[in-house]
Amino acid sequence: MSLAFPARSPRWALVALAAVGLLLLALMVSLAVSIGEIAIPLATTAKAVANRLFAADFELSRIHQGIIWDYRLSRALVAASAGASLALCGAVLQALLRNPLAEPYVLGISAGASTGAVCVTILGFGYGVLSLSGGAFIGAAIAFLLVGILAAGVGGTSERVILCGVAGSQLFSALTSYIVTTSANAEQARGVLFWLLGSLSGVRWPDVYLSAPVALVGLVVCLAHVRALDAFAFGKDAAAALGISVRRVQVVLLGTTAAMTACVVSMVGSIGFVGLVVPHAARFLIGPGHARLLPVAALFGAIFMVAADIISRIIIPQQILPIGVVTALFGAPAFALILYRARRTA
Amino acid sequence: MSIALDDVSFAAGDTLIVDGVSLQAERGKVLGLLGPNGSGKSSLLRLICRLRKIRSGVIRLGDDDLASIARAALARRIALVEQQAETDTQMTVREVVRLGRTPHRGFLTPWLPQDEAAVAQALARVDMQERADRLWQTLSGGERQRVHLARALAQEPDELLLDEPTNHLDIQHQLDILSLVSRLGITCIVALHDLNLAAMFCDRLAVLEGGRIVAAGTPEAVLTEDLLERVFGVRAHVEKSPVHGRCNIQYRMG
Repeated sequence: MSLAFPARSPRWALVALAAVGLLLLALMVSLAVSIGEIAIPLATTAKAVANRLFAADFELSRIHQGIIWDYRLSRALVAASAGASLALCGAVLQALLRNPLAEPYVLGISAGASTGAVCVTILGFGYGVLSLSGGAFIGAAIAFLLVGILAAGVGGTSERVILCGVAGSQLFSALTSYIVTTSANAEQARGVLFWLLGSLSGVRWPDVYLSAPVALVGLVVCLAHVRALDAFAFGKDAAAALGISVRRVQVVLLGTTAAMTACVVSMVGSIGFVGLVVPHAARFLIGPGHARLLPVAALFGAIFMVAADIISRIIIPQQILPIGVVTALFGAPAFALILYRARRTA
Repeated sequence: MSIALDDVSFAAGDTLIVDGVSLQAERGKVLGLLGPNGSGKSSLLRLICRLRKIRSGVIRLGDDDLASIARAALARRIALVEQQAETDTQMTVREVVRLGRTPHRGFLTPWLPQDEAAVAQALARVDMQERADRLWQTLSGGERQRVHLARALAQEPDELLLDEPTNHLDIQHQLDILSLVSRLGITCIVALHDLNLAAMFCDRLAVLEGGRIVAAGTPEAVLTEDLLERVFGVRAHVEKSPVHGRCNIQYRMG
């Protein structure tokens, strides 16, 4: 198999990859800010950012300044953080559960989040106290706990953890559907559907202040466990025989990924495919070693999500597609291509 | 004594799998564990490297109680070669062997020359240097087992546990693996099915039946016609081999 960046590729190649990735991310974010119903030149974007960050004194219209700073930049940064978090969670869960199908929503988190969200928006739970995000976060946490208890009860082999997640997801999806069909009016149902497929509309700076640190702290926690993740390649017993405290690593990493995912879902809804596809793409490029895989997957995830957001805004004039539709529409064929290439070169 | 078990029991749920086993492994010698399927050989090996918790009894590693040793410190002393551990991860041979250095590396310790040296030496010992950059998925069963052995050797253990390392290998690779193990000069405990191979390569044997030790000692003392009939349910003729001088078992039909 010809990996583009095999495990022992020279350091400069990895540095170059990282630099290109960061530049690409910066470019994507700039594009995301410039492209939209009101097109804004890149130079104006740069000036607006400089005005806010370095108190520069460029002459700009207040409308431009407002659109750039208050709407589009925050939106792009939340997209990047969410993409990085989801891809990171996917990479970690695939190693931890030793299953290529593992992804951030496998533990029932997104289904639980939707149930929490409809409980707040349609049934009016916690009226005036809980926001949709708050309800989603609580729903995600409850679903994760239930799936976790179930998985521990039936003996936590990785297949069973995933089966428990599937069962939990089905249960919470059914609850959501039940609430929507019995209690929602058409407008509410449409709103919920939009959120279920992922939506970045309505995110502002407070969301950046939450999602960016969550992604960074999550990355640090996961990077602290890269050796353990590598050691899981031959299973739990093999990892334990290599000196890994399997139970502790599982608790820390499952807890971290669950918290990150719940945070993302509560802000932007459940955006599929990023957590599944991006880690595989990153692994295909740089190999399975987690010290390299995790940062690269996070970077790719960020780029992918910002790009998907741009596409979701421009593909149909005057209309914004749910971002989850875009990630799946582009992610699924890309995934098929990766699998095909991997099979051919293996 | 390198490893000493004293009245060790282990149960999965309500089923007693290892039942009051006392056993010693001498330093630098190869101890073979024999017994029919389900007699508790694999479980016993897992108890010795603490992948399972014993229900009662004591396991000593040198002078230390096994239960008091930290997990990573334990992995620097005991290595385990599992029966057919597999992976879907696309790793090279060298990457698999590098995993053996995991217990030697601290949280922020970089890859050191001694790590590289241990990996190179382990690869050389199983004669896999030239195939070090091959992908795991392209290896034959015999090669995979040798890579697992190299990974275990890269841990630089004092004690090596092997769970039926020759399973599903052709006879040449069976002989290769076992003669390699017997020449390592470290304490080895090997679970084996093939009684003749056990007689050829082990210094001492212990026979398990239903989780209990029913015989222990030199191959000549243990592998008697009477024991083979009692434990394994086969009639056999045992004699000293004119070829290698160890005892040799010929099974009778019917």
